[in-house]
Amino acid sequence: MPPQTLEQIMGGRRSQPNQLIEVLQDIQKTYGYISKEAMQAVSQGLGVPLIEAYGVASFYKAFRLKPSGKNVLTMCMGTACHVRGARLLLDQATGQLGVKPGEMTTDGLFTIEHVNCMGACALGPIVKENGSYHNHMSPAKLRKLIETLRHKKTEDNQNVQTQ
Amino acid sequence: MSRLNSTRELEHLREQLREQRRNITTTVMVCGGTGCQASRSQTVIDAVRDELSRQGLDTKVRLCVTGCHGFCEQGPVIIIEPGNIFYCHVTPEDAFEIVYQTVMRGEVIERLLYTDPVSGEKIKTESEIPFYRAQDRQILSQNLMVDPCSIEDYIVGGGYSALTRALNGMAPDKIIKEIKASGLRGRGGGGFPTGHKWSECKEAPGDEKYVICNADEGDPGAYMDRCVLEGNPHLILEGMMIGAWAVGSRKGYIYVRNEYPLAVEHSRIAVKQARELGLLGDNILGSSFSFDVDIARGGGAFVCGESTALMASVEGKVGEPRAKDVHTVIDGLYHKPTVLNNVETWANIPGIILKGSSWFTSKGTRGSKGTKILALTGHIKNTGLVEVAMGMPIHQVVFDIGGGAVNGNPIKAVQIGGPSGGCLPLDKFDLPIDFDVLSEAGSMVGSGGMVVMDGRTCMVDVAKYFLTFLQDESCGKCVPCRLGIDRMLEIITEITEGRGKPEQLDLLEELADTVSQTALCGLGKTAPNPVLTTLRYFRAEYEAHINEKKCPAGVCKALITYWIDPDKCTGCGVCVQGCVYEAITGGKKQVHVIDTQLCQKCGICQSECKFDAVQTVWKERHQDVAICQS
Repeated sequence: MPPQTLEQIMGGRRSQPNQLIEVLQDIQKTYGYISKEAMQAVSQGLGVPLIEAYGVASFYKAFRLKPSGKNVLTMCMGTACHVRGARLLLDQATGQLGVKPGEMTTDGLFTIEHVNCMGACALGPIVKENGSYHNHMSPAKLRKLIETLRHKKTEDNQNVQTQ
Repeated sequence: MSRLNSTRELEHLREQLREQRRNITTTVMVCGGTGCQASRSQTVIDAVRDELSRQGLDTKVRLCVTGCHGFCEQGPVIIIEPGNIFYCHVTPEDAFEIVYQTVMRGEVIERLLYTDPVSGEKIKTESEIPFYRAQDRQILSQNLMVDPCSIEDYIVGGGYSALTRALNGMAPDKIIKEIKASGLRGRGGGGFPTGHKWSECKEAPGDEKYVICNADEGDPGAYMDRCVLEGNPHLILEGMMIGAWAVGSRKGYIYVRNEYPLAVEHSRIAVKQARELGLLGDNILGSSFSFDVDIARGGGAFVCGESTALMASVEGKVGEPRAKDVHTVIDGLYHKPTVLNNVETWANIPGIILKGSSWFTSKGTRGSKGTKILALTGHIKNTGLVEVAMGMPIHQVVFDIGGGAVNGNPIKAVQIGGPSGGCLPLDKFDLPIDFDVLSEAGSMVGSGGMVVMDGRTCMVDVAKYFLTFLQDESCGKCVPCRLGIDRMLEIITEITEGRGKPEQLDLLEELADTVSQTALCGLGKTAPNPVLTTLRYFRAEYEAHINEKKCPAGVCKALITYWIDPDKCTGCGVCVQGCVYEAITGGKKQVHVIDTQLCQKCGICQSECKFDAVQTVWKERHQDVAICQS
């Protein structure tokens, strides 16, 4: 699907405050996060006070208010993944990349996130790399995955930094 | 396809579609659910499709990309009919053989068959696999028949017949009477009688009413709602339509987690298809009934599984619950009477309408009728979704269906019902899956998450895990939940770090009692359950942490250190590479040593060592160490 512009996302939803979460979801899907400008545009377009739009965006875990790295690694922290060592994976990623969950690495390549459950409990621990799922993960597999992504994106890395 | 204006037109379409499919000799069902997709099933689907067209079989063989089959552990999974042949862990490279041997010649490929981990035998058909055999798959089995993106598949299989029965000759009161007679109780956690909910909503004053499907399955460790909505969205829509007809609603919402992208996509497609056929919209099938459904996506807040918080979220607001002195069936979404049911509850409706309440009540126990889908995960051989008649004892689920302990560590507990549920010890495994019995034991059926835990699990740590989760997810509106969970977590953290005092256990119980009695919503009221049940059944573990400063399972980081057994270490260097804190030293083929000053106790080295050389040792005062787990 081609990326939608803010105008397209808002299209047909103007002056409908109940569409706030839907609009924010679409903005995040397109831009990776919700910028201050986008939030102001949403507030105006839907007729929701800015404080309320910010309140909603900061209440729900799904929304990021800061840009995310080129690769978003999402660790599942659900019960089934937890008892199979999901914590080790989070330690591996945070240790290897030197950032905390929710933060982006300084080179703009990675963001680590954790969610409560991705619903693939039988295959845990699960790590989602951008859109694709990796099952039965171990710290060693995750380490390799991070290295692969780092090297694969060396060219893109230049682009990220110049953006 | 054009809009259907009557029941007769729907039946005609069904006949037409069946006629078109008469030439199909074989059906290849490949699971395209989230679990199998994580196991790269899309590549298998593409390979099988290419192979079928290469062999010119496109018209005779139907490739059906289905929703979740429930046995995610074995994915990607393929079932071939006729013959019910079950292949697991299929790769794209197997596509040629599957088409050439099994589809064209009916020969079975031994290599791809499932091996029973208990007997070690290869099993040919799906129905013979012990994991499936003991189940009663009323809802899940329907996933196998349909491509979730095809309304035709659903109609061919008899879909929307319950709707037509309801519209032609079942007045709303009759439907409600039937649902009440079935004894159906909410599958999302509360176990509230569905028929009563509907009846109250129908009687509530006002013309504008809503029905909502709760697919905000926030309970970590449960995924049956994802599976059903993603695998058979028309079943949910049909259930909602019947509900809407019964209570007099014209508008419905499916509130689905955004973490389930496939469920969002499939339900959107289903709504679009149903609108095109006139199964949603004005004057459905030429009747006086008009109803439409929209999809509302959640934002990743566990509290939004609670009815009032969910409704606030559908309205685009912060998902905070409110006091329910007036129930949502009277004052719900936009302050209108609203029926909110869970995915699995809606999924049961068409079956009850078609086969009657007596069919439904023939399964289950006195107070809990029908079947329940359980998400069986954790330290057992067979993990996946399991649908059993209510009343089946826990041990049968864990040992007969789940195949028992994996890796030889004995099973010690099962956590049922997610963060609102509780942990039950092995000696309670004879209890049945029953709303009332499990509640009495301090746990609950809840959404049906069943996480099996073996001896490597520390029950104090489990309580801490759930409290951390709940503290994070508490919306903060009411004091008992916001501060109560915080204080309980503080005490449990002290215990897991060896700073606990015996009197804290009483304080913990008192706090738990206060929170459960005074919190505003279900999240807070049930939050103490994991603490209370672990205290009730595993008190000795708490006491070991407090009195002996030991974690019997060797899990709590502050009470253990890692040590490399020089007799077992081969000097392979895997742990040195794996340690992100550079705490392990040692040259090739030399015994490695962990620097306890640098070690952050993440445990990665232990998980990666193939020689079992990294040991967990209890921290003793005088530097002498005792191996706590061998």
